[in-house]
Formats: sequence, C-alpha cells, structure tokens
Amino acid sequence: MTDFNAPDIDYAGLSPIIALTVGMCVVLMVGLVAKNRFVNAYLTLAVLAAAAGLSIWQWGEQEDLVAGALRLDELALAAALMAMLAGAVATVLSIREPAADEAGHGAFAGLLIGSVLGMTVLAQAQNLIAFFIGLELLSIPLYVLCGAARRREDSLESGLKYLIIGSLGSATLLYGFAFLYGASGSTDYPAIAEALGPGGEGDDTLVLIGTAMAAVGLSFKASLAPFHQWTPDVYQGAPTPVTAFMAVATKAAALVAFARLFEVALGPIAVDWDAALAALAVASIAIGNIGALGQDSIKRLMGYSGIAQAGYMLAGIVVFTETGLEAMVFYLAAYVLMNLAVFVAIVARERETDHGDDIRALEGIGRSRPWLAWPLTIGFLALAGLPGTSGFIGKLFLIEATVDADYTWLGVAIVIGTMVSLAYYLRVLAAVWMRPEPEPLPAIAGAAEGAFEPSVPDRDRVPPGASRCALVVGAGVICAAATIAFGVYPDPLVDWASAAGESLGASG
Amino acid sequence: MIQVMLWLPFAAGLLACLVPRRFAPWVAVLGAFLTLDLAIRLVVDFDPDLPGLQHAVDESWIPDLGVRYQLGVDGLSVFLVLLTTVLWFAATAWSAVRTPERAKTYFLMLGLAETATLGAFLAQDLLLFVLFFDLMLIPFYFLFGSWGPEHPGREGEETIRPSAATIKMIIYTLVGSLLMLAGAIATGVIAGDGTPQFSIAELAADPLGEGSQRWIFWFFAAAFLVKMPAFLVHGWMPDAYRIAPLPVLAVFSGVLSKVGAYGFLRIVLPVFPDATIEFQEVLLCIALASILYGSVMAFTQTSGRLVAGYSSVAQLGFITLGIFALRPDGADGAVLQMVNHGLVVAPLLLILVILAERTGGDDITRMGGLAMRAPVLAALFLIVTMALLAIPGSANFVGEFFILNGVFQEKTAFAIVASIGVVLAAFYALRLYQRAMHNRKPEGIESREIGWREGAIVSGLVACIVALALYPQLILDRTDESATAAVEAARTEVAQR
Repeated sequence: MTDFNAPDIDYAGLSPIIALTVGMCVVLMVGLVAKNRFVNAYLTLAVLAAAAGLSIWQWGEQEDLVAGALRLDELALAAALMAMLAGAVATVLSIREPAADEAGHGAFAGLLIGSVLGMTVLAQAQNLIAFFIGLELLSIPLYVLCGAARRREDSLESGLKYLIIGSLGSATLLYGFAFLYGASGSTDYPAIAEALGPGGEGDDTLVLIGTAMAAVGLSFKASLAPFHQWTPDVYQGAPTPVTAFMAVATKAAALVAFARLFEVALGPIAVDWDAALAALAVASIAIGNIGALGQDSIKRLMGYSGIAQAGYMLAGIVVFTETGLEAMVFYLAAYVLMNLAVFVAIVARERETDHGDDIRALEGIGRSRPWLAWPLTIGFLALAGLPGTSGFIGKLFLIEATVDADYTWLGVAIVIGTMVSLAYYLRVLAAVWMRPEPEPLPAIAGAAEGAFEPSVPDRDRVPPGASRCALVVGAGVICAAATIAFGVYPDPLVDWASAAGESLGASG
Repeated sequence: MIQVMLWLPFAAGLLACLVPRRFAPWVAVLGAFLTLDLAIRLVVDFDPDLPGLQHAVDESWIPDLGVRYQLGVDGLSVFLVLLTTVLWFAATAWSAVRTPERAKTYFLMLGLAETATLGAFLAQDLLLFVLFFDLMLIPFYFLFGSWGPEHPGREGEETIRPSAATIKMIIYTLVGSLLMLAGAIATGVIAGDGTPQFSIAELAADPLGEGSQRWIFWFFAAAFLVKMPAFLVHGWMPDAYRIAPLPVLAVFSGVLSKVGAYGFLRIVLPVFPDATIEFQEVLLCIALASILYGSVMAFTQTSGRLVAGYSSVAQLGFITLGIFALRPDGADGAVLQMVNHGLVVAPLLLILVILAERTGGDDITRMGGLAMRAPVLAALFLIVTMALLAIPGSANFVGEFFILNGVFQEKTAFAIVASIGVVLAAFYALRLYQRAMHNRKPEGIESREIGWREGAIVSGLVACIVALALYPQLILDRTDESATAAVEAARTEVAQR
C-alpha cells in the first residue's frame, strides 16, 4: 500500500452494491426519457446481470467490508444472487404489467433494483445498523411496488397494509436491537458474540428481551407464523410480478439475515433461542399448510405455502449446525426456482383470462397451454417435495440435517407438513390437467368487478398475446428446467450451498 | 445393461413426445419391447448359484448426503423386473391399439412409470429406493386423473370423479411413503458414523439398535401396507380402481402392489430384524384380515373392477403372510405368488375391458351369456379364472402351498385360518366367470369374439401363466438363495431368543 492516507475501501468487494446503486439511478433517469417499456426492461436486466456477474466474480472471497459493517462471504453472495435472479424474473414478468405502465417503467424498475440492493446489503450485514439500513432499503421500495397498480383498490390496500405491518416489524426489530446494544455495548456481530460469550452477559434479561424482539421483527419480514397475517392479503393485492419477487427474494434475504444474526451474534446463547425458533418453525409449518387448504386464489395459496416453506427452512437455522445452514441455502435456492416457475404461469393466465388469480384461471391449461402448464406442474411437484425435482433433494437435505442434530421430531414435523401440503398442491394440478378449459366469463361479470370505479371501463386489460411473449414463457421454462436438473444432478447446487453454509462458520 | 433397461422406457416416452402424433404409440411400444428384451436377457444371464447382487452398479450421486446410485438384481428382484416389463409391454401395446387422446403425454407418463417401477426393484440404496417409490406416483397421478373415465358408482352413490379419487389415492400412498422417507433418513443418519449410510447391504450387515428399529419399522410398514393395499389402509383402493383407465390399472394392480411386498423382503426384514420379530404376529394378523376381508368383499361386489381389486387385497394378504412366516419356503412362495398374481390380474382386467365394451359397464350383474359366440375369449378367461382361484396344477397353487406350508411350520393357527381364504377365492373367481360368461344373456348385450390384436396381447399373458404353471421351478430355483438370505437375519434373531 502507498502512504496515501485515505480510508481503505475494497471496491472489488463492494462492486455488486455499487453496480446496483449506480444502475438504480441510471434506470430511473433513462425511464424519464425513454418511454419504451422494452428499453427499461433490458436495461434493468443488464444492471442485474452486471451485479450478478460481479457477485460471481467475488465468489470465494471472505472479508469484512466498510469497517466490519458488512461481511462479504458466500452466504451473502448466495442470497444476493437469488435476489438478483428473482429481480430479473420479476422484470421480465412486469414488461406488460399494467402496474408498471401506470407507475412509469423507470420508477418501477428503479424501485425493484433498490429492493434488490437492500437485500444484498441485508444479507451482508454484520452490524446492527447496517442490518437495519439493508432491511429498510429492501422494504420501502416494496411498499411502493405493492401499491403500484394505483387504479386497483386492492393493490393500494396491499401497499398500505404492508407499510403498516412492515413498519411495526421494523420498529419491533429496532427496539430489540437497542436492547442488544444496551446489553453488549456494541453493534458489531463479533463484538456482541464476545460480550455474550462465556462469562459474559449471556443470560441478561436485556439480551433475552432484545433477542425475542429481533426474532419477532424478522419473523414479520420472513412471514413466519404467528406474524404472517399480512402475507396472504398483501400477496393477493400486489401486482403479481411484485408478489413473485416478494415471495422468493424477501424470504431469501430475510432468512439469510436471520441466520447470520442468530448464528454469529447470538450464537453463544443458542440454548436460549433454539426452542423458541423451533416453535416458530412448527407454527409456520402448521398454519401455512392448513391455511392454504381452502384457498381459491392462487396468490393467497402461494402466500400460505410460502409461510409453510419458510417454516421448513427455519428448521435449518434452529438445528444450529453447518449442515443445517447448508440445507437451508440449498432449499432456498430450490425454492426460488420452483416458486418463480409457478408465478410465471399465474401472471400469464391472469392476463389471458378474466378469472384473475382464481384457481379457475388455470383450469384446462394442460391441453391449451402446455408451455405454461409444464413449468407450473414441475414447480408445484417440487414444492410438494416429490422426487425428480430439487424440492425432493431439498427436503432430504433439511430432514437429514434435523435428524443429524437430534431434532428428529422437527424432521417429522416437516414430513407431516408436506403431507398436508399435497392436498392443496395436487388440487391445483388437478385443475390444470383434469378439467376442461372454462368458458370465458360473460362481459357483464367483468363490468361488475370494476364497478366501484366506473371511469375505468376495463380493469387492467392487457392486450391478448402479451403473455405469449417468449421472454415470459422462457423464464418459466428455464426455472422449471433448473428445478428438474438440480433434482437429478444436485451436486453443483449442493457444493454451492455447502460453500455458503461453511462460510458462516469461518467468520463466527 | 441394467442401466439401459432402467432408463429406456422413459427415453422412449420422451422420444414419443418428439415424433409426429401418428408414430408416438409405436415408439413407446418399441421402447417397452426393447426393455422386455433386456429383462429377458437379464433372466437368462442370471446365475442362481451366485450369492449377492448381479449386474451391480455403484456410483456416487450426492456425496454430501451419503446417497449413492446403487443398482443390482438378485433372486428377489429379477423376476419382478421381468414381470414389470412383461406387463408394461402388454399395457403399452394395448394402449397403442386403442390410442387415447393426448397420446404423447400419455405415453410419456407410461414410460416414466415403468422407469420408476424398475428403479424401485433395482435400487440397492435406501434413499434411491424411496425416491423411485415416490416417483412412481407422479405418472399414475396424471394417468388416473386425466385419462380415467368417470364411474357412475354403486346405486345411491355419487358419481366418482377421477380427479377426486386420484387425489385420495395419492394422499393415502404419499402419507405412507413420506413417513418412509423420514424413516429412511433416520436409519441412514443413525447408522452412519458422521456421514449417513444408505446402502441396504451395509445397513443389513450392521442393524440399528432395537429402540430405533421399533419406530422406524412402522414408518416403512405404513408405506408398504398402503401400497399393497392391506386391510385398514385400503381406503383409496375402491375409488381408484373404478376410475382408472384400464390398461394402466393392469400394470398398477399387477406390479405396483408388489413393490410394497418386495419392500418388506428387500428392506424391512434384513434391516430391521429385531422389530420384524417383535411385530411378526401383528403383521400376520393384518395379512389374515386382508385375506378374509378381501375375499368376502370380492364375493359381494358387483363391479368387475372391484372384484379384481378386492381379490388383490386378499392375494397380497397371502403374500404378506408368506413373508412374515420368516421362513425360506414362505418367502419363496411369496415371490412366486407376486409374479403369479401380476400375471393373473393384468389379463383379468384387460378381459374386463372387453366385457365392459360388450355390456356398457363393469357391473357383472348385467352381464351374462357372453361365452356363446366367443369361445376364444371364454377360454382365455377360464384359464385366468382357474389361475386366480389357484387350482392345483397352476403356479398359483404352488405359490400358495409354499406360503401356507411356511406359515404352518411357524404359526400353525394362522395357516389354518388362512386356508379359508383359498376356498373363498374359488367362490369369487367362479362367480365372476359365471356371471359374465354363462347364465342367460340379458337383452341388449352382444356376444362378440375378442379382436385379434387384443386377443394376441391377452393370449401372450395367458401363455405366461400356462408356462409358469408347467415349470414354476423357473422362479423357485433362482429365488431360493436370495429369499433365504432375506429372512436370514430375522431367523438368527429368533434362534437367539
């Protein structure tokens, strides 16, 4: 190094964050000038691809950034890559989305990139302040995006609801952080761990209250039961591409942040929190799966299914082993792919039919739209954990991790949850393959739906054929193909997840 | 060779999707035929004097999870593999003769189902077995749900919708097999030292502690008993049998139920010997209940499909009885009986298709007199019926004799009660035959000869029955070594007590 006395900034390590920040501004600016939706979409994809490329370039690095506030390791990069993939798919899905047209494509895409940026920061955060900044950077754009379909009442409701509940979660979390800081005297994870370590403040009441409030706040974000009530409503009301993004990316970032906070900073007091987190996991598995049973709206169904899936993944944190973390990362990656494959079909059918996200929109597409039906089917089979898909390997990994750590009962809970989940996943598949395609609704029904606002004659009409866009179908097919490929040959993904899981052990 | 045989049906199914619609069925038939050819060569190559696995494949698959890609055949599986390929060839050919709509997806699913079933018979790694066992369900879910006809149900019953009946079936069977998944993982993790150990041979060499065996045993037993189905967990069977598309039901009933029985021999007996002995009598009771319940129900049903379905419950009861006699002759008889039953039930169901076409439904009370103008059909049906009721001279008789002999030596009381089942079999089998073929012919029913293509398929299966009746040693000689090995662990355990 030279004598030049500037702060030591690791630009290479920060490069994904820098790329996203710059890209967000550029997309926003270009959006003001270029009104063409494709220009914006391709630019957004380019930004996400650049950030993903830089993340892959940094893969294998393990170092502290920004004076220890951020930690660059495989776990963080894995979560960032998932968020970027989800962002890319959401961008593709939003190309002809009315919400994006109304909000302005530049603003829509800029917010999306901002949220991905927040996730990247959150996954890297190794300091309570950085954690909170990342969380808010993730959440605030999403509040706006949920309400982006401004002419639809339920979208606005969704945005507002998410804002209120999200703020409540953030406030709880922040309050908890204050307690943790008060007890340990530091905001850095390693320093907190040291303060809580042997002979430290481990069983201080402040620490326990802080831990509990942090867990509650994070559970709001990761939509773990019993802090999940907002999920189905928000998922249903938000524009579907945003729902798709939220369902996978938020979950990935929140769970990885969850893991880092609890296993690094609060690792020394694992005995205090693991029973509570196990209870959260079981509650999520139970409530998510039971709640999904009676849903006719696919987006609500996916909301509940996401709660259950988050419960499965939380089990990987509860067991507090490296294998558990590896299993969680593997399952997250699998979950991202299979969920996106499902959402592509939901978005497409929402545009093609008058049924919105009702299960009837999917009836009979096995015959009429095989290129949508197959990815959807593969996605649901994977979510149900059937073999031949990455979902099976993921469940295998998770259950093995639980049994390995003497949490066999948690493994059995996952299995029982999976049994219940079959009932609703297979019900959708039955609609897809075993029903005839429904007749289009008579015009009068469409009018009744938009009746609260007569000035909008036809709600969210998208030109027919918009969903046949090769990009949309292609995204679904790629996600489904990856789901099958990792189910048959999981080695690359296992190695990837192992690297991510091990990296946390190295730092903590 | 074993690998080619395993994946060929699925590959043919994929290829059938790519070729023009007209050729799709014939690609699938060719694939099924080549698979059959490979299976025959496997049997010819099989050396009965060689202990252990033959044609073994052992590759690393997911090293981090300890899962290996281990395949192989031994005396237990070699004839079940042959049975699978024979029945699948028959069902595929039958489907090609009467091409269903959306033929490409249909044949893809049929091919995938064959690959999964063969995989379950060939797998020598516990998790690989579970994987194939679960994978079998996916194609059958689509085949039953999408191509199954609605069934009017009994009088006073609602119409049975294929999708609902299929979901019921899948949930029943998957509940069992998911428990098995948990049990399999637990077995591997507990047995492994650090890295999980899933190789069935290794697990059998070093069994778990008695406490673990006890609960894991039931996880596996649940999966296998539901699959068979056995009494108490057969709830999915009546609806599923009535809505299934028939050539598919023939392989389903003929082969899939055997996977459950095979699982007991391959996994439960060697890997959990202590628990096996502990629960031997419970399983024998379940088997006995299946025999009596299945036979009585088969005797009272009016739907031809349900007669076949409940008779399967009874036959699988016999097979379970033979397995849990925990003697080599019982196990030999069980394996022979698995093949026999598969060979009998498939042509029976195919004949039922023909009968249903003549009479417009599978209600046997509305049939009658069909033998008049159809001597060939009647003759084929008669042979199948005789085999079903295990008339002396048939291979089924030999199988049941071995089973009952095995049980008699071990648990005399069970054998005596079970022999009632043999008598009942004659009742329901003959009733089915008489109702359909003899009696007065009701109005509006046409007695017509079987078509030559269908006739060829059914005759092929009947020829297998006859051949096996003449020479059952074909199976017994080759099975004995492995069947003895399968019950070995449990027997030594008994001797020690």
